[in-house]
Amino acid sequence: MSRLRFSHRTLINLGVQLGALVLAFLLTSIILLIAGAPPFEAYKEIFQGAVGSLTNFSDVLVAWVPLLLCSAGVLVTFAAGLWNIGVEGQIVLGAVLTTWVLRLLQTTGLPPALIIVLGMLAGLIGGMLWAVLAGVLKTFGGVNEIFGGLGLNYVATAFTLWLIFGPWKRPGIGSMSGTEPFDQSLFLPTVGGLRLSLWSLALGIIAVIFVYILLEHTHAGLRLKAVGLNRRAAGLLGVPTWQYALLAFVICGALAGLAGAVQVTGVYHRLIPSISSGYGFLGLMIGMLIRYRAIWVAPVALFFAALNIGSIQLPIVLKLDSTLSGVLQGALVLFVILVEGARQRYLRRRRTAVA
Amino acid sequence: MEVRLTDIRKHFGPVKANDGITLTVPAGTIQGVLGENGAGKSTLMKILSGFQPADSGTIELDGKAVRMRSPADAIRHGVGMLHQDPLDFPPLRVIDDLLIGAPGRIIPRRAEAVAAITRLAESLGLTIDFKAEVGSMTVGERQQLELLRLLWLGARVLILDEPTTGISAAQRQQLFDTLRRLAAQDKTVLFVSHKLEEVQELCTRVAVLRQGRLVGEALPPFHVDRLVSMMFEREVTPGERTGCSPGAPVLRLSGLGAEHGRIRFDGLDLEVHAGETIGLAGMEGSGQGLLLEACAGLTPPTCGRVRVNDVDLTGKTYRQFRRRGVAYVPATRLEDGLVPGLTLTDHFLLTERRPGLFIKREKGRRLAQERIGEFKIKGIPSDRVESLSGGNQQRLLLALVKPGAKLMLLEHPTRGLDVESVIYLWSKLKERCGQGEAIVFTSSDLDELLRYSDRILVFFAGRVFGPLDAATTTVDELGQLIGGSTADV
Repeated sequence: MSRLRFSHRTLINLGVQLGALVLAFLLTSIILLIAGAPPFEAYKEIFQGAVGSLTNFSDVLVAWVPLLLCSAGVLVTFAAGLWNIGVEGQIVLGAVLTTWVLRLLQTTGLPPALIIVLGMLAGLIGGMLWAVLAGVLKTFGGVNEIFGGLGLNYVATAFTLWLIFGPWKRPGIGSMSGTEPFDQSLFLPTVGGLRLSLWSLALGIIAVIFVYILLEHTHAGLRLKAVGLNRRAAGLLGVPTWQYALLAFVICGALAGLAGAVQVTGVYHRLIPSISSGYGFLGLMIGMLIRYRAIWVAPVALFFAALNIGSIQLPIVLKLDSTLSGVLQGALVLFVILVEGARQRYLRRRRTAVA
Repeated sequence: MEVRLTDIRKHFGPVKANDGITLTVPAGTIQGVLGENGAGKSTLMKILSGFQPADSGTIELDGKAVRMRSPADAIRHGVGMLHQDPLDFPPLRVIDDLLIGAPGRIIPRRAEAVAAITRLAESLGLTIDFKAEVGSMTVGERQQLELLRLLWLGARVLILDEPTTGISAAQRQQLFDTLRRLAAQDKTVLFVSHKLEEVQELCTRVAVLRQGRLVGEALPPFHVDRLVSMMFEREVTPGERTGCSPGAPVLRLSGLGAEHGRIRFDGLDLEVHAGETIGLAGMEGSGQGLLLEACAGLTPPTCGRVRVNDVDLTGKTYRQFRRRGVAYVPATRLEDGLVPGLTLTDHFLLTERRPGLFIKREKGRRLAQERIGEFKIKGIPSDRVESLSGGNQQRLLLALVKPGAKLMLLEHPTRGLDVESVIYLWSKLKERCGQGEAIVFTSSDLDELLRYSDRILVFFAGRVFGPLDAATTTVDELGQLIGGSTADV
């Protein structure tokens, strides 16, 4: 009996979520119509662009990896009740530290594999330190993590630009195209002919599994959630609260830093000005969209990656800007939250009506 | 202005906060409104000042029936309320603070307002600095500011809710003078207080509320004994202490003081022995809760020492107190005590001392099941705590205190519970006392304090009386002490 009722509720939930999806597509279609473009053509184009060829699909997976890392990371901070807006800056600092270590070691004659591993570790630490900075500002300085993170994002961007046009500029001229590319031996190995690296893919998947286990099956995860849901009560029940809040920053920062490291070693092979590509903010959106349930990270992140890659062709084929994927993603998040809010309200009203 | 309240009723669920109150206050009166916590004073005043509508009943001002839809509406009708904590804007300058709420034009007319308010202040013998920042003023000064604001806006009925908390004796005298002048100008003052001496000194009439009803009115000269028995009257039940012989001292306070906002106490000495139960009495916010927090390491003491089992823990953190066997159970269950969104099992898992890395769900579930049975909680391990009833949440909070704690600090452990739950919880608590745990608890229920405590401390406006021996104290004596009257004890 209870099982039956449970599945009934799951069905309603699923229907509600699908409704949100339909509404998001509807809104985007209206925008497309206003822009004078045929909506179905555009969606078909995005679909084609995402899975039309092996190259396209492997590019989707390339974009999937940083999204996996960032969404997994922000789930941890969300669990602790923190809005880690600074995740963008944490990606950037990860990329910067990775670049620094690679530049430092590329002429030492160390084995390239070791240099890459050290570079990745440096990236992880870079993101972590940047996140801890936001966490310390919050814990000991009373600076809300949203403002602290936002500020640190700008500092991180300015820092990259300074590096690219200053100390790390290409011989002769500094340019927006970034620092001098590394030697090919320092590229993450990719699958023949494609841009996809199985190493980075593995990192992304491991990160999601790690976060899932952390949040669902460990005491640390339970304590993080307790701190997020009711900090004072958690403290009174004996949980060291600020320590766990900082731990959440550490984990999220490490994963974001790793995303930056992957972008440097596996995708761009150098430091570029906008190395984070907005994956941090997209990760926050995914976190909100899936309402903080780790089990949904992988599919939703894949969908978002597909939208991003699929829309690359739009400017050429339909003279549409590729930011259309952003419109769709944003609309999706808004509608899912809206529909969920409406559902809660409806349930509450029904409950009070019953009582 | 004459105020006539007729058959005012206000129910919150099953609680009858105002149960048909009829009261007439003639113009020019300083009317005292007395009653213990939860007697319905605040509800009645909120209805009169437009903060909340009554379920039924009428309000008449000078014989004209009025309906207050909001506080702004009330002030248009001439009724203004001075809240216990001033409702002002600390970062603003005095003049701008006063202009907020004035029926306005786009550009405020500062000069006019300054002239009018200055005249008003002079007529009451007050001085006012319009350029000062509100936040830099004392509570007493801010109170005067609020008073002037209400009068300037045209208040002819003034409601004051516990106005003397946290202001100096001189400011209190000034406030009383002002109120007398206002009464002489035919304004009506409603003075809500639990301080019997102040009511005696200031008021020209007194009404006593108990359990949502008006139980008596009095004219001067007031008899404190009569007022107290009206406020607290109830069946007096003999104490039925378990009589466990107290053991070694568990908690030792010497010269302890603490402060939080306007609440403070000083120089408290107390020794609590194993197996003993200490009750803390007093009106809400008299410092009892603060003492519990200071004993748990949640509030750093301003002076004095706290020793637990002969270890000096002064200034240590809550977690260090916890490790020494001190358990603190807050009064607000879902705000401070439990984590909404987590299950009962999760809560037991959270309090495990050395949890290891991975959660052993089955073990946690069994532990939860065991405690649920032991404390007769109506719920299953996978229920979320917010789905439990208040009584069951309270049982859960006590079930979360590990057996073997040395000292339990309980804030209103039975507030809002039905009689069976209260009796059951105390039987569990007394069981623990038998095993050598000591209890310090706060309560606003005099019977509970007398029945279950061995000794009682009474808090009144920053002073602490006692400890009294609960076995030889009567409800009346306790009631008088809570009201601040020390004459008979």
